[in-house]
Formats: sequence, structure tokens, C-alpha cells
Amino acid sequence: MAESIIFENVSKKYGNVQALDNVSFAVEKGQFFSLLGPSGCGKTTLLRIVAGFETPDSGRVLLDNIDITHLPPNKRPVNTVFQNYALFPHLNVWENIAFGLRIKKLPVTEIEYEVERMLQLIQMEDQAHKMPDQISGGQKQRVAIARALVNKPRVLLLDEPLAALDLKLRQKMLLELDSIHDEVGITFLFVTHDQTEAMAVSDQIAVFRHGKIEQIGNPMELYESPKSSFVAAFIGDTNFLDGIVGEKVDNEYIKLILDDFPDVLCFNDKQLNLNDLVHLSIRPEKIQISSEKPAESHFSNIFQGVVEDIVYKGDHTKFWVRIGEHRIAVSQQHSRFLLDHKRVSWKDTVWLYWHADDGFMLERYSASDENLTEIPSEKIGDFDENENGYLDNPEFREE
Amino acid sequence: MSKNHRLNELYLSIPPILWLIFFFLIPAILIIAFAFKPFDIYGTVTSGWTSTTFYGLFNLRFVTIFWQTLWISVLTTIVTLSLSLPIGYFLARTTPFLRHICLLLVVIPFWSSFLIRIFAWKSLLHPEGFLKKMLVSLQIIAPDTLLLYNSGAVLLVLVYSYLPFGILPIYASASKFNFQLTEAALDLGCSKVQAFFKVFVPGIRVGILSAILMVFIPTIGAYVIPDVVGGTDSEMIGNKIAQKILVDRNLPEASALSALLAVVVLFPVTIFIMLFSQTNKNTLSNTRGKQ
Repeated sequence: MAESIIFENVSKKYGNVQALDNVSFAVEKGQFFSLLGPSGCGKTTLLRIVAGFETPDSGRVLLDNIDITHLPPNKRPVNTVFQNYALFPHLNVWENIAFGLRIKKLPVTEIEYEVERMLQLIQMEDQAHKMPDQISGGQKQRVAIARALVNKPRVLLLDEPLAALDLKLRQKMLLELDSIHDEVGITFLFVTHDQTEAMAVSDQIAVFRHGKIEQIGNPMELYESPKSSFVAAFIGDTNFLDGIVGEKVDNEYIKLILDDFPDVLCFNDKQLNLNDLVHLSIRPEKIQISSEKPAESHFSNIFQGVVEDIVYKGDHTKFWVRIGEHRIAVSQQHSRFLLDHKRVSWKDTVWLYWHADDGFMLERYSASDENLTEIPSEKIGDFDENENGYLDNPEFREE
Repeated sequence: MSKNHRLNELYLSIPPILWLIFFFLIPAILIIAFAFKPFDIYGTVTSGWTSTTFYGLFNLRFVTIFWQTLWISVLTTIVTLSLSLPIGYFLARTTPFLRHICLLLVVIPFWSSFLIRIFAWKSLLHPEGFLKKMLVSLQIIAPDTLLLYNSGAVLLVLVYSYLPFGILPIYASASKFNFQLTEAALDLGCSKVQAFFKVFVPGIRVGILSAILMVFIPTIGAYVIPDVVGGTDSEMIGNKIAQKILVDRNLPEASALSALLAVVVLFPVTIFIMLFSQTNKNTLSNTRGKQ
């Protein structure tokens, strides 16, 4: 498949802050491509460089193999859906969508045809004559998408388009976005700090951190085999354990000697050698919890611990279990089969167990890998609705 | 609403109502009343009523002055607005440091007396003045060009005097303007100039309207400026009124002119305000409909 956008060594500095540091990658035509990362990681800067609102200090941006690095925004065949919609308040829905076509001075009949077609796509034919302040946040979002798409851009740029919507509406709009993408078939470049959003709709995700790309891959690759501790912690929840490689077991497995934790058996997919420093990452949902000791098997890791916290979340329950100095997060879906067992409750002594293939090892460059020190602040959003200021957004309050 | 509440509201509105009665309503009635009073040749107002003074205004001399006043005021408003728009835009977009400096520069003239500033212009534009001499030595104007005592000088000094009243409301609107909208316009294919006129200008129309009123109303009643820097061709209605009171001692004719001037000002202003409250009412009722 052909490349839609190619970034070549793009760098951008604001004062002393390196917003983008020598970023190079390509986006294939027709992909739903997400730029994911915590705030200030450079993802929005990159989007604004594609839109033409910023010029990189060095490097090039190619769109369909044409260098667009220094084209002004109005000469680029791309359109943006802005974070707070940026609908023109003095124009009604119809005129907002028609804006780009009027600037192009298309014949009136063509403008009418295209605008009506867009109104159909976003299912707002009956709202065409309302002003932007008379429609809801979700509708504004749809109009913003239509206003961009009506110009038939080669790439649609979406700058945190769902950030101002509440949780339920966000999920609904996400599905709509996905179906619009399927319908129009152009490349979508989607900026978000919300990993669940990115995971749900993307063909490919680039995870950004400090102006650099940590990893590019499809959602499953990023979740199941993250290349760094940062990616492992940013995409989904995980437990980290530090240790070194002990003895090899059966060639393919190794026994890890962990700090203040019993030895763990793990699949040696990275071909690590004896005494290499590692982070062991184990996702909460991969760990089973039970009040009864499970049957031993060759590949299982079984440990005993004490339940310290339980958070019931409806579709699953989250447990924090103390084993030695570590608090291990475990998430357990509710299933009828477990009713045979005694229900786990606070202060219970329980058994945790997982298959050796379910943990994955990440390289540790030094004993105190800085990766881990910053993650907690960014992962505060364990409860989705608290994440990055949806609540202090004025647009949201209006809803 | 409870009865108590309504009483409280009434008490609260008494001071402004009294103020308006004593300083606006009564003087306005007095002026209109004087316009219909007869007077003798020494200017003394005599008893009885007459409408001859009003009919007397409809001669060519006054019509010309009214026309001239209107023309200078409209021109002043247009020039002031076309200067205020880019300045307001710049003030809203620039760095906070530069913005503070520039706002200070806009406001500083108010620290000195209005009259002194006008006389300063007089000495600048004077045939022996600094500006005139400089322009002549730079060969921009011929030595016999008159900078003072013409409608050009009146326009220049009017624009100078009322420019801050144009800039400040536009800046106030522009500073609240969401500049992501101009970015969106650029994104949708506008050039920078198109984005300015198609998105920025409609977005700050409240500020533009109040700038127009703030400049047009005082300009149409101006009399010191045309008196000091104007010539015979740039006499404005304010001069005529002052002359009627101070020189001719003809209070009824001055009152009639004032009343007519008030009508001339009120007419466009009322239309403006009506048009404006119409659009506001629309959006208001619509938001109500939404809830």
C-alpha cells in the first residue's frame, strides 16, 4: 500500500522544550492512524505541522510524495477537526459545512449537493438551519467533521476531537468516527491522550513520549508486546517487578530472580542472558485470583498473598494483593464458574497464579530506570471520567 | 416574583431614575421648549409660543452645515474603524508585554487635557509649525499647501481624538475572540485576509458596533475641534449651536438646532440598537427553546 504521509526527521523546539525530536515514520493510505501520548509529548505539534499551523525546525513532511513542509495551511489538501470544534458561531450548520466550498467558489448547485450529502452522512438534515450554540456537543462534533470532510481532504486531522464530550457520548462518537472512516476511506490522523480511544478505532498507533516515538504498532501489538516499560504502563494497566535473569528452563523459559518477590517463570522471547536486568510486566487481567490453591502445572506461577483493597467496578472487580513488599493489581471478571469458590474478601489470604507466557519482560537499562518514576502521575486516570480535564472544560459543562 | 422582591427592585432603581430625570429628561424638555419660544432682537426670550424658529432651520445654509457635519462624522467613523480593526487585532494577538505597552500608548493621551491636545495639533499643523516645515523640507508637500483651517485638518484631529474610543471596544471584543476560528478558516482554504474578514470581523461585530457608536456620536456633536483647526469650509453643527448661544445670544435657534441634531443622532443609533437587540433576542429565545 502507498504511503499517505511521510515524516522525515521532523524536529521542533519551543524555547527550551524539544516538542519533536527527529521523528520519522510513515502513515499508509486509508489508515486510521493514532498519535497517542501524555499531554506535552509532541503529538499535537506533529498534527499542527501537517495542518500547516507550525513549521518544523528541521525535517520534511511529504503528503502523497509531495513536500508540503512549507506550504501555507490553505494550500494543503488536508482538513482539521479541532478539539473544541471551532465552528463559526455566526454561521448556521449548513453554512458552516459550506464554508470551505464557498471559499473555493464552487458553483452553487454543487455546494448544495455536497452539503446535503454531508448532512446525510452525519444524520443532521433536520438541524441544518440551527446555529452552533443551539446544538449539542456531539452534534457540534459531527458538524465539525462534516465541515472538514466536505472539502474531500486527502488526510483528515483530528485533534482530540472527543475530549470535550462526556464518557457515553465519547464512546458513541468513537464508533461513528470509525464508520465514517470506513465510508470515506481516506487517511485519518487522530491525536489523543486516551489509550482506550486509540485502541478502539486505530489501525496503527504511534506512542509518543518527550517528542519521540516509543513504539508504532497495531493495538494488539502495543498491548501484548510493548517494547518499553512506558508503553506497557501507558497502554492498559500492568504490574511491574524488577529483577535479573536467573537460570534457563527448557531453553525457552527462564526463571527470574526478583527483588523481594518469589522467583517467576517467564517465556524468554527476547533471548535474554543470565544476569540481564529486567522489568517483568504482568497485566492485572492475566492473573487469576482464588481462595483455594490451584493445581500446579509446569508453566504456572503460583503465589500466596493477602488482599488489601477491593474495588468493585461492575463488569469486573479489582483486587490489590500484597506479596512481600509488592502490591499486585489483579482484575477479575465475574463469572458463574467461580461461584463454587468462596468469595474473596478483604484481608483474605488468596492464591494468585498466571501462565508463564502471560508475563513479558522489558529491558532495564539501569537499576533505577527513569521510565517508571513518571508513570504514576500520568496513570491517575484509572477511573476514566477523571482523565485530563474533561470536567473543567467549559464545553462539557454546557451539555 | 414576591411582592417584597419587587419593592426592593423599585427602591434600588430610584437613584438612577432621579439622575435621569434631573440631568437628562428635564434639560431635554427645556431645550425642546426653548426651541418653540419667541425672542426679540436682543435675544431675550419672550412669552408665548412659536414654530417659526423651526421652519427657519430649513434653509440652504443649515442644510449644507448638517450635510457637512454628517459627511465629516461618517468619514471620521470609517477612517477610525479601519485603523482600529487592525490595531485591535494586533493588540489581541501580540505578546502580553507588547500588549501592555501598546494599550498604555493608547490611553496615555487621556492624561492630558483634550483642549491642550487640540492646540498641540494646531501648532503642529501651523504654517510655521514643525510638521509643516518637515514635510516641506522632505518635499512631500508644496510650501504653499495649507495643513490647517480646512476639513482635512478637522478630519485628522477628529480621528486622532476618537481613535482610542474605536480601538478599546474592538480590542475588548478581539481579546475574547477564539482565534482557533481563524485557524479553522485557514484550514478550510481561506487566505489570511479572507479569514480576517469572513471570521474575525463577524466574530467581533459587537465591538465594531460599539466602536461605531462611540466614535460617531461624539463626532457629530464636535465643536471645539472644527473651531480650533477648521476653516470656513469645515464648520460643523456644533459650531453653529455654540455660535448661536455665545455670539448671537439666540437661545431658541440654538435649542432648535440641538433638537434637530439629537434627532439626526438618534435616528441611526436607534436603528442600530434595534437591529442589534433583534439578533440578540433571537439567540436568547433560541437558547430558551433548547432547554
